[in-house]
Amino acid sequence: MKSNTTFMQRWFGRGWLSMGYLFLYLPIVVLVVFSFNSSRQDMVWSGFSLQWYAALMNDAEIISGLGLSLRIALMTACASVVLGTFAAFVLDRYHRFTGRTLFAGMVSAPLVMPEVIIGLSLLLMLVSVQKVFGFPERGLMTIWIGHTLLGMAYAAVVVQSRLQEMNKSLEEAAMDLGCKPYQVFFLVTLPNIKQALGSAWLLTFTLSLDDVVLSAFLSGPGSSTMPIVIFSRARLGLDPRVNAVAALTILVVTIGVIASSLYIARNERLRQKQISSAAKV
Amino acid sequence: MNFLKNLLTLRWLTGRRVVIAVPFLWLAFAFLVPFLIVLRISFTESDMGNPFGTLMTLADGVITLKVKISNYLFIAEDELYVLTYLSSIKFAAITTALCLIIGYPFAYFMARAKPTVRPVLLMLVMLPFWTSFLLRIYAWKGILANNGIVNNFLIGIGAISEPLHLMNTQFSLIIGMVYAYLPFMILPLYANLVKMDTRFLEAAADLGATPLQAFWRITVPLSKSGIIAGSMLVFIPAIGEYVIPELLGGPETLMIGRQLWDEFFTNNDWPLASSVTVVVILLILVPMAIFNKYKAEQEARS
Repeated sequence: MKSNTTFMQRWFGRGWLSMGYLFLYLPIVVLVVFSFNSSRQDMVWSGFSLQWYAALMNDAEIISGLGLSLRIALMTACASVVLGTFAAFVLDRYHRFTGRTLFAGMVSAPLVMPEVIIGLSLLLMLVSVQKVFGFPERGLMTIWIGHTLLGMAYAAVVVQSRLQEMNKSLEEAAMDLGCKPYQVFFLVTLPNIKQALGSAWLLTFTLSLDDVVLSAFLSGPGSSTMPIVIFSRARLGLDPRVNAVAALTILVVTIGVIASSLYIARNERLRQKQISSAAKV
Repeated sequence: MNFLKNLLTLRWLTGRRVVIAVPFLWLAFAFLVPFLIVLRISFTESDMGNPFGTLMTLADGVITLKVKISNYLFIAEDELYVLTYLSSIKFAAITTALCLIIGYPFAYFMARAKPTVRPVLLMLVMLPFWTSFLLRIYAWKGILANNGIVNNFLIGIGAISEPLHLMNTQFSLIIGMVYAYLPFMILPLYANLVKMDTRFLEAAADLGATPLQAFWRITVPLSKSGIIAGSMLVFIPAIGEYVIPELLGGPETLMIGRQLWDEFFTNNDWPLASSVTVVVILLILVPMAIFNKYKAEQEARS
């Protein structure tokens, strides 16, 4: 009887997980498959073709949007990781200072705050700044500021969880041996959390590359990022070129994820080898 | 004198203060000040082209403070706005409930899978995060459209003869919202359930509880903080969601994010848009406080 119920449970569990993954991946599969569709008639399969990729290559609007998006994403990822590390460090190490509750709230709020609200308030702030100082113009700079606000919150979560599980006695040992606090940070803490910094960088990069709402509020004339272009077309209807964009993004992401997990696995193996060879000596 | 000397020699500029000040000042600039500005604009006259009308004027030695609350009165009295707020809460609540119903068993079975399989299962949940949210929502348009995949399939197998009208309905909106927010429910639940001490369940079984009883009386209560975190992570952003209702919703699926967008971009009424924003913030303040309290608790525990 007992083995019977666990057998049932196991298959129910597997079934539930499979259905869940099917739900999560169905749209992705659909995007990729239909990017190779030869028909203009949107969701009917009529044969294999690369014409939408060719059309994409000649699509000046998307190409220039991609250029702008990549530049913003690069700047956002760097700024977010630096600021996020500061924030994570403060949250993990300094438990008592005036305004800590406000600080913690402000770090995590952009994670859940609806983006329209962040976008609108940032825009009104930047317009007021512009009224007083005459800059910044709406465009790359302002989008960057918005994305960094969001990216910092995500980077802080990633870095903070790594800081929490890090072995603090390493830092204490460095202090005892006479390191100055900044030396401890750069020589001990930073090498220990560098993997988290790497994943925070990648995460904020993709977030920025993908964001549409903040960009729409903060962009000016002539500064349409790729998501803004895609969104304006998606509003009108189905566009097979958008599928081609999707398939290419998915290709890049898949390669990136596989490469980084291979890299992490290799590092882990090396570390294990070093530990065991050190133990032998 | 000493104070001045300290100030001039930058003695107060300790490393600790600088480390705290850098992110603090940035957040004040990019997060706190913008909200104060929104609050201020929401009380000003809707002067075409100039949303920065003066609140306070000084004339003949008299300070006049003009606070305009008509934007708020308008929101409170306008039937469309009240309905939109209510329907945003409704859709956010339905989304949260469905995410919990689908996500809880999902996270549970993930956490009970073999330890060697778990990282793969976890990565498979996170992987869609890395591919564009916008494109994944767009994909549902192709799936649910009148000539889309679902209808083509159902007609192909002869289940229906006329295409079902799925797109731009409450149905397509909810599918899109559940789809987009499901990982935000699964991840905190998984993090919570995977840490659970399974010896409690063994003890319950030894004391005669059936697996179902043990689940309801031990697993669920122990995962309360995960349930709250996941629900807040879904509910709060779902209230103000804009992209999904715009792409998948229809005319009858009123959502406040969309209304706010139109007020701002189409009607150019910045003061009214600001008031709408302030009301949305008031709506999500309580869930935000719950979320932050839970986060603080979790940090204190670890």
